[in-house]
Amino acid sequence: METYSLLREFADSWMLLLLFCVFVGIWFWVIRPGSSKTHRDAATMIFRNDERPAPDKEAQK
Amino acid sequence: MNTGTLNYVKLVVLALATLFTMIAASYARDLAYQVHMVIFMIVAAGLFLTTLRATDEPAKPTPTNEYFDSVVRAGVIATAFWGVVGFLVGVVIAFQLAFPQLNFAWAEGYANFGRLRPLHTSAVIFAFGGNALIATSFFVVQRTSAARLWGGNLGWFVFWGYQLFIVLAATGYLLGGTQSKEYAEPEWYVDIWLTIVWVAYLAVYLGTIIKRKEPHIYVANWFFLAFIVTVAMLHIVNNISIPVSIWGSKSVQVFSGVQDAMVQWWYGHNAVGFFLTAGFLGMMYYFVPKQAERPVFSYKLSIIHFWALIFLYIWAGPHHLHYTALPDWASTLGMVFSIILWMPSWGGMINGLMTLQGAWDKLRTDPVLRMMVTSLAFYGMSTFEGPMMSIRSVNSLSHYTDWTIGHVHSGALGWNGLITFGALYYLVPVLWKRERLYSLSLVSWHFWLATIGIVLYAASMWVTGIMEGLMWREVDANGFLVNSFADTVSAKFPMYVVRGLGGVLFLSGAIIMCYNLWMTVRAAPAKASLGTAVPAE
Repeated sequence: METYSLLREFADSWMLLLLFCVFVGIWFWVIRPGSSKTHRDAATMIFRNDERPAPDKEAQK
Repeated sequence: MNTGTLNYVKLVVLALATLFTMIAASYARDLAYQVHMVIFMIVAAGLFLTTLRATDEPAKPTPTNEYFDSVVRAGVIATAFWGVVGFLVGVVIAFQLAFPQLNFAWAEGYANFGRLRPLHTSAVIFAFGGNALIATSFFVVQRTSAARLWGGNLGWFVFWGYQLFIVLAATGYLLGGTQSKEYAEPEWYVDIWLTIVWVAYLAVYLGTIIKRKEPHIYVANWFFLAFIVTVAMLHIVNNISIPVSIWGSKSVQVFSGVQDAMVQWWYGHNAVGFFLTAGFLGMMYYFVPKQAERPVFSYKLSIIHFWALIFLYIWAGPHHLHYTALPDWASTLGMVFSIILWMPSWGGMINGLMTLQGAWDKLRTDPVLRMMVTSLAFYGMSTFEGPMMSIRSVNSLSHYTDWTIGHVHSGALGWNGLITFGALYYLVPVLWKRERLYSLSLVSWHFWLATIGIVLYAASMWVTGIMEGLMWREVDANGFLVNSFADTVSAKFPMYVVRGLGGVLFLSGAIIMCYNLWMTVRAAPAKASLGTAVPAE
């Protein structure tokens, strides 16, 4: 089989299925139990550290 | 490697670069190449002298307890400057279309429509939009990572390297150095230079994210990162070409025929998708919540918005090539993905708009927030219009007409323009440590001038585009075409004048913004906290 047909065959079967499953997986990952707290923390991060970088010792926690 | 040794390496590289560009300028086969080599030579020689003067001097210590904001300030100034330049050239070419006499005989070959048009598109997309993206991404990544920008002066290299790219691209267009690929006109050596700058940009950005002190990578950074990575990929693949000679600007594309067309529009549409959409969504996800003083409506939705956009956008390119030599399956694929793309686009728009939930009253008092909300409305409108135009039967009417130009401008002026203006109004008081903007009523003036300008622009282009499309396909009882091409051109005259006036309004709004921002830095009261001592850490 020529390279084009081979890649084409692969792209619209297994690769398509894989990408679709990854995408559906992302939905489940986003709504996983316990994500709300993480997301609330992430969403309010923009209101911290406005003036200067966080001091180094915090990173070692 | 310490700074001393590094300086010697820099001196060797700069000396060789100066020597090479001198030789190249004298061997040059065409004017664009010669001018560019002289520009390179002046820059390299100037940098050689400043590096030489700094060698073996004691290095200034880098403050680690503050953000690297000087490069963001420079980016803000560059954004405002290139914005006005780009809008001005846009107004000039709009009137050149309405009144062809403005293609002056004395400027033929340098400042006629064909030479100025790529200057306008590149100035607004890459100079105005690009500088806005670099400045805001550097600002946002530092705040959301709680870390100073990685790489020290590499940030300055990205900024000035990008300005050099803009100057090379702009002068190249006027002198005829172009590879004739839309939105990718610069020739091979300018492409190589941009690749170097872009790799440095990615390094600075990733470096800052890697040393972040927040556990999570904020969603704006995901969008910015997708923009940087994808643009690198698009730029390299679309610019694979072989120079005819290293002493000349001309190059030959490696792809040919329909493959070249497909690669070009895979690039072209994703330049819209990742440069003008993903990057600016990064801006939206930071500046809209900041200005509204509330967190984004749904963080979950923002993650799904991101991945849906990334999975879908890259396939939409073939809708630019309906009814061409491109296979039917490919153009159907592009059309279907363009239509599905409507969903994540509106998901993002809703997420941005609903951030104002419980704070809608701020729209009455805050014209900056009003600007951001209007930009989201334009984003929603053009991401509905785009999928509709990608449908093959609609495209048969709209393609090659001014409807396309109207669509692009409602997105570019409405979405990209207004969100950038909003970000600039937010950034200037923060970066120059001012209490507030100089004048809110001038912001209102800017808002209304820009909005009315866009409405005039988009409405006139809808009318003229659909009229033109209908005139082209009109046949008489015997099956002959009724109108010649010149008939459509003369029928479009009134709409071209209205479009030009819309552009004038948009440009004057931007000039008012520059005055307002300038006066904010000059005259607005300084923030009280400026004088307080910084605690030693």
